[in-house]
Amino acid sequence: MSVQASAAGEWHRPGSLAEALDIRARAKDAVVPAAGCTDLMVGWNAGAGRWPTVLDLSALPELNRIDVDDAGVTIGAAVSCSRLANHPAVAGRLPMLVASARQTGSVAIQNRATLGGNIMNASPAADNPPVLLAYGARLTLASTRGSRSIDYADFHLDYKRTRAEPDELLVSVTVPFPSPYASVHYRKVGTRRAQAISKVALSVLLDAGAGVVREARFAFASMGPVPLLAGSLSAALRGRPLAGIDPALVTRALATDLSPRDDIRSTADYRRQVAVNLVMAAIADASAAEARRN
Amino acid sequence: MSGRGAVGAPVVRKDAAAKILGEARYVDDLSCPGMLHGATVRTRSAGGTVERIEFGPGVDWSSFVVVTASDIPGVNATQMIELDQPVLASGRYRHAGEPVVLLAHADRRLLREAVAAVRLHERPNPSPVFSIDDALALRGEVCPGNVYRDYRMERGDLAAGEAVADVVFEGRFETGSQEHVYIEPQGMLAQIDAAGVLVVEGSMQCPYYVLGTLTAVTGRDPGSVRVVQCTTGGGFGGKEEYPSHIAAHAALLSLRAGGRPVKLVYDRAEDMLATPKRHPSRTLVRIGARRDGRLAFLDVDFALDGGAYTTLSPVVLSRGVIHAPGPYACPHARVRGRAVATNHPPNGAFRGFGAPQSIFAIEQAMDGLARALGMTPLELRRVNLLRPGDRSVPGQPIDETTDFDAVLDQALYESDYLARREAFAAFNAGNAAAGLPLRRGIGLATFHHGAGFTGNGEVVLASMAKVRADRRGQVEVVASSSEMGQGNTTSLCQVVADALGVPLERVTQARVDTHDVPDSGPTVASRTCMVVGLILEQAARRLRAELVAKAGLPVEGADEHAFAAACARYLDGHPTLEAEARYEPPASVQWDEVVFEGSPYASYAWASYVAEVEVDLTTCEVALTGFTAVQEVGRVVNPVIAAGQVEGGVVQGIGFALFEKVVWDGNGTMANNRMTNYIIPTSADIPPVRVFFQEQPGGAGPSGAKGLGELPMDGPGPAILSAVNDALGTRIASLPVLPEDVMDALQAASAREAA
Repeated sequence: MSVQASAAGEWHRPGSLAEALDIRARAKDAVVPAAGCTDLMVGWNAGAGRWPTVLDLSALPELNRIDVDDAGVTIGAAVSCSRLANHPAVAGRLPMLVASARQTGSVAIQNRATLGGNIMNASPAADNPPVLLAYGARLTLASTRGSRSIDYADFHLDYKRTRAEPDELLVSVTVPFPSPYASVHYRKVGTRRAQAISKVALSVLLDAGAGVVREARFAFASMGPVPLLAGSLSAALRGRPLAGIDPALVTRALATDLSPRDDIRSTADYRRQVAVNLVMAAIADASAAEARRN
Repeated sequence: MSGRGAVGAPVVRKDAAAKILGEARYVDDLSCPGMLHGATVRTRSAGGTVERIEFGPGVDWSSFVVVTASDIPGVNATQMIELDQPVLASGRYRHAGEPVVLLAHADRRLLREAVAAVRLHERPNPSPVFSIDDALALRGEVCPGNVYRDYRMERGDLAAGEAVADVVFEGRFETGSQEHVYIEPQGMLAQIDAAGVLVVEGSMQCPYYVLGTLTAVTGRDPGSVRVVQCTTGGGFGGKEEYPSHIAAHAALLSLRAGGRPVKLVYDRAEDMLATPKRHPSRTLVRIGARRDGRLAFLDVDFALDGGAYTTLSPVVLSRGVIHAPGPYACPHARVRGRAVATNHPPNGAFRGFGAPQSIFAIEQAMDGLARALGMTPLELRRVNLLRPGDRSVPGQPIDETTDFDAVLDQALYESDYLARREAFAAFNAGNAAAGLPLRRGIGLATFHHGAGFTGNGEVVLASMAKVRADRRGQVEVVASSSEMGQGNTTSLCQVVADALGVPLERVTQARVDTHDVPDSGPTVASRTCMVVGLILEQAARRLRAELVAKAGLPVEGADEHAFAAACARYLDGHPTLEAEARYEPPASVQWDEVVFEGSPYASYAWASYVAEVEVDLTTCEVALTGFTAVQEVGRVVNPVIAAGQVEGGVVQGIGFALFEKVVWDGNGTMANNRMTNYIIPTSADIPPVRVFFQEQPGGAGPSGAKGLGELPMDGPGPAILSAVNDALGTRIASLPVLPEDVMDALQAASAREAA
């Protein structure tokens, strides 16, 4: 373990997961787990206070792996957005994850920012979480007490609150490959075309055999206190023919699922309407793809 | 003259190498032994009274340098048009963000904690005013009447014009504020040197403005104050007047600290919160025409939000008023312009200086009038463009050198305007029928921009500049014109090199230091190349004549070696070799500033811009898909720098039109004062900007050059909004137009249809 003392708290950079979990178990919330630091440092600079004590996860081999099997890809929490987007299995089978990773900040940010950081920072506007929700990802968390796997859809509790315990670290994210019959749609509506924070983002995985919706997952960013799956919409569409879905049905379902707000970047009205429009556009795309297949 | 001329050549910029190699030193790079860092404590309420300043517990205040208004040895006011703005507020104040206490310490971290520990006990103004309408309706009082200036420009007989108008259009147009977002935030370093001179170095456009405020605030004579410009990372008008405040603050801290160096540099958030921005505007236009499109009358009520102090608002307003009629002939016109007081931080100079606001309104009104007449926007402009023999509304005669139709023709040709307009209409009809979400539109703006100070401004300034040479024939441009990235060091050196007949490598610009350079006026108003360039050309010719007369320089055919030899011979018999010149305005520039009549500018640059957009109805996002900028600017001194000015100005105009929205908090200061939330376009948002120059004769500057820097800020706003309205059939009348605004306009339109 190397520890650099500084005027602003301490900087721990362990070389193994066991060491890192040990520090985390002892210090709990007195250390801030960090990897790319692309969001944390902005906040530390803007604040009047001193920098906190940091648990730097970037040197942990266990968090820097990408493993592929027949079912999917397991991505270490400290893997950068750039590495993720350029990985052949991700590029070949998980196109929405490539798209969201490439929409995360600038290229320079993508070279440092990590998938784990994007999840654990727990911003409702984060770029990659909607895609992970739509694909049905699972998280592996570890502590000195052992490790556990949970469905990502259950992870976010409320604004900046998650199911991670104060002694836990996120180790990896497992993303299953979607069915070959599923179609996927991802669109981020930001304040501009690059280096933007999303006003609305939608990630869709839609499985519609023979033109009827079997399973549809719609995941949004910036539409509530957490990245969220639109469960009422999924339920409302299940079993319906793709062609001829009424926008009023979508609007009604999303009124239950989403709780957008006015903020410095956009308005609740705009977000609500664009969310409906994006869902309708995704359905139209899926419908067109289905027509081409038949 | 020997060799090829430098004027007109795309020579590499003089400042390029140092900036590319990272050798250029900006104010935050400066450091000296014993240096302290400065910081500012500001008011939080939108006006009120500071009743008490409390220095809180937990801080060793004896280790800090502390300055308040009572420590000011001289006048507590920045030296602008009025003396209403204090350098440090005490007692009553007018806006949130006003500086009250200055602190300095060697440790920046302790300084941060100390700033947080100062508590201002403020009794807030109960009824602050944040909009032009509220200020004019006197819903709260910032200053008596809430109006800094009320100007009127009246020509002909409005009633007679109304009587012959067949069609009348009325509209209300608004533009928002805009932040400069220069790359380098503002900052100054002040200290007293070994000779007892107060030296202030920093990022600025106008060293003599800074000097004026420093002498007044410190009570020192100009000989014991020295202002030096260091490498300046962009200005756009934002470093015209606010550097005087920061310089005064740094100087007060240094004086209080016995002359120790004090550096006061803002971070981005403080810079955006505290420094001036573009004036928000609202313009009411009534415009009438005969059936054939000829303008019958124009009635404009133009108002700018000046913020809480006068600053430069009167001159921003006068430029806005003069540009309000656009480049059109109109026999009967009335323009009323008011600079209005609100409790926002003061607004100030920003590229275009009032003209982008009023040009936006007239261009949108021309589109509205065209609709009402059943003409196209192009047809209406064609009928009314100023032509040789006309007089502009202010009264400037249009001479034979002006061919604005040629500028418009080239814009139509290069953008393929007519064919695209038709193709877009067909595309939109097809997509609407098929239920597809994309719509396309095209917009045209025709405009001109007067270069140099308005009216008698240049006469009053009487700018001076010098050229000097040493024994080796190395020449220096000696002027107070600041290079801040716009390229004027290079352009001025090109002008001087040609006037002397020496290669460009022989000429450099002397450091801008008020102990060395004369007052060439501020670096603003598209005046540097045209006005200062002309003075320097005269000075260089005088220097050459002096060498011919007294040092045997051949009149013709002297190369650089002959020039150097002549310089050496001259300096054998004289202590220095230099020549100066002072600006003398052309006889044609006569301006009555009371009734706003005459020729307000020595030269106008003319332009036609065409914008193409694609709107996605799914998200209401507007994508700019093409931009064509054709302008007539007289002689182009450096085509690469000139094209860069146009591209940069167009991009800033695109930001003004589609992205940049200053969100105000409850205290009237900028809520989104971070680059994460104040959205300027990136290269991904900008299509190729196609730039074309016409070089017609008659420019008032060296070799017939005209001012150029601000012109490209005027056109993108109106051209882009016209394109959006063309694509959607909407009547949006304000900038910026964000997707949320597009959605609101579409919903309003469909509600109207349903009703």
